[in-house]
Amino acid sequence: MTEPAPAYLGIQGLSKVYGTRDGPVRALDQVSLGVRRGEFLSIVGPSGCGKSTLMMIAAGLVPTSDGAVTVEGRLVDRPRTDLGIVFQSPVLLDWRTALGNVMLQAEARKLESTSAERRARALLASVGLDGFERKYPQELSGGMRQRVSLCRALIHDPPLLLMDEPFGALDALTRDQLVLDLQEICLQRRMTVLFITHSIAEAVFLSDRVVVMTPRPGRVERVIDIALPRPRTLAMRDSPEFTGYSRQILELFLARGVLREPGQTPGQTPGQTPDRTPDRTTVPA
Amino acid sequence: MTPADQTGRSRTIEEVEATVERGRARHASRSRTAAVVYPIVTVSVLLVMWEAGARGFGIAGFLLPPPSAVVVSFGAHAPLLLREGWITTVEIVLGYGLSIAVGVPLALAIFLWPPFARSVYPLLVSSQAMPKVAIAPLFIVWFGFGLLPKVLIAFLIAFFPIVINTAMGLAAIEPAKIHLARSMGLGPGATFLKIRLPDALPAIFGGLKISITLAVVGAVVGEFVGGDSGLGYLLMVANGSMDTPLLFAGLIALTILGVVLFLLVELAERLVIPRAHAASGAGTAERSA
Repeated sequence: MTEPAPAYLGIQGLSKVYGTRDGPVRALDQVSLGVRRGEFLSIVGPSGCGKSTLMMIAAGLVPTSDGAVTVEGRLVDRPRTDLGIVFQSPVLLDWRTALGNVMLQAEARKLESTSAERRARALLASVGLDGFERKYPQELSGGMRQRVSLCRALIHDPPLLLMDEPFGALDALTRDQLVLDLQEICLQRRMTVLFITHSIAEAVFLSDRVVVMTPRPGRVERVIDIALPRPRTLAMRDSPEFTGYSRQILELFLARGVLREPGQTPGQTPGQTPDRTPDRTTVPA
Repeated sequence: MTPADQTGRSRTIEEVEATVERGRARHASRSRTAAVVYPIVTVSVLLVMWEAGARGFGIAGFLLPPPSAVVVSFGAHAPLLLREGWITTVEIVLGYGLSIAVGVPLALAIFLWPPFARSVYPLLVSSQAMPKVAIAPLFIVWFGFGLLPKVLIAFLIAFFPIVINTAMGLAAIEPAKIHLARSMGLGPGATFLKIRLPDALPAIFGGLKISITLAVVGAVVGEFVGGDSGLGYLLMVANGSMDTPLLFAGLIALTILGVVLFLLVELAERLVIPRAHAASGAGTAERSA
């Protein structure tokens, strides 16, 4: 791996072990990564490979067991506030409207409220939530809630956006739309994005680079550059380049036994991958 | 035979929708009426059977007075019931207020300071395992026959659910909400006020609603054991003089008092947690969406 641009977010020799009653659990094993400024970097891996832990550590919300995380060379040793986070669940406050939930971020940061509210409304409109500003979370669909959560993570124009399987709980169509929306948002802003997912298609579609993780304990298996032109379209998912990337990631999973095809013994590298369309494949949870 | 067969054309979706909508409206209005009419009819039938039974079988008035006699007694003793009811209300409200004033801070301390929780929890639980009615005589010895022992018994019975529900509610928050707050740069105080406390409010009100009914029980128990006034005392006096219609009237007054106090707490809940309104309006919002 050559890295022409200096890492904006640096992860060096990061290990994380959780002490549990059933003995220690190795979540991450000497993970080293550099995320460049303005880059969209996805981390794909099976459930339990510590990718969510990695994000929490990058946000300074979970302490490391060993190794270090730096942002622009400075060590992350407390919760960082110069970022936006989207979790797998929307994590909305039931007693606040859609607008109120987005404004929570502005209130917490003591942003000037009139201009913040204007921005919040514009953001909600940009993800198709025009006219839903006064609705409460329980009146919104799952996809709408996740959009509100995305707006909340963006209202303060953070230089870094962390997303932890943000579309994992949504249906396929809503997911496609949100992936397109997210690409649009990223094209408009200069923002570094760390995107955690277990969908190969999502990772390839959105990313500049994809980091493939091994099963527990999580290690970096391979970093793949995605050289597809932007903006990417849904039709592009059927292009040979796209399916090539997907196949590459899929085969890493097959080799590790994360996915197993009929007749294949665990851990065996398939010589010839049977013909199938890998672009919609997700790793089973 | 569907309409399509008769007319040779199928109905448009608008026509189908109108039919469905009419049916739904009919059904809704019928079920609204039923919600009011059915209980009234049931209670009326029971009252009539009671009246007829009490008179028909010639049951002595001190055993089972007919409802009409209870109503007459209620009317005749209305000023007395009001006066004694007011005294009981004061005891309940003071005892309930005390259980909130003690219970909520205690729950906060339990939540914020684990060593305190460890040391105080066994004491709390054993204080609840102990039958409160059995302590009442002791309170009379200590605090005399006045207002104070009744307030204290009401407090002792009522504060436990408030403590437990508040402590549980505060602890039960989704961890991601706290992570979110920290990433927004919210301090511990602001996180508590803006996120954790409102998040716990439904649980806290759950405790408050249980407690208000228990506070009524506590006050009446206090009056039973060592009272010279209040509805509980009135029940004892009516019982002692075999004035069973008055006994029933007192019971009805107590029931009304309990229900009114409960509804007041529920009203407070609705004012404090506006999302209950939002949830009830959700159906219309979804249709317009």
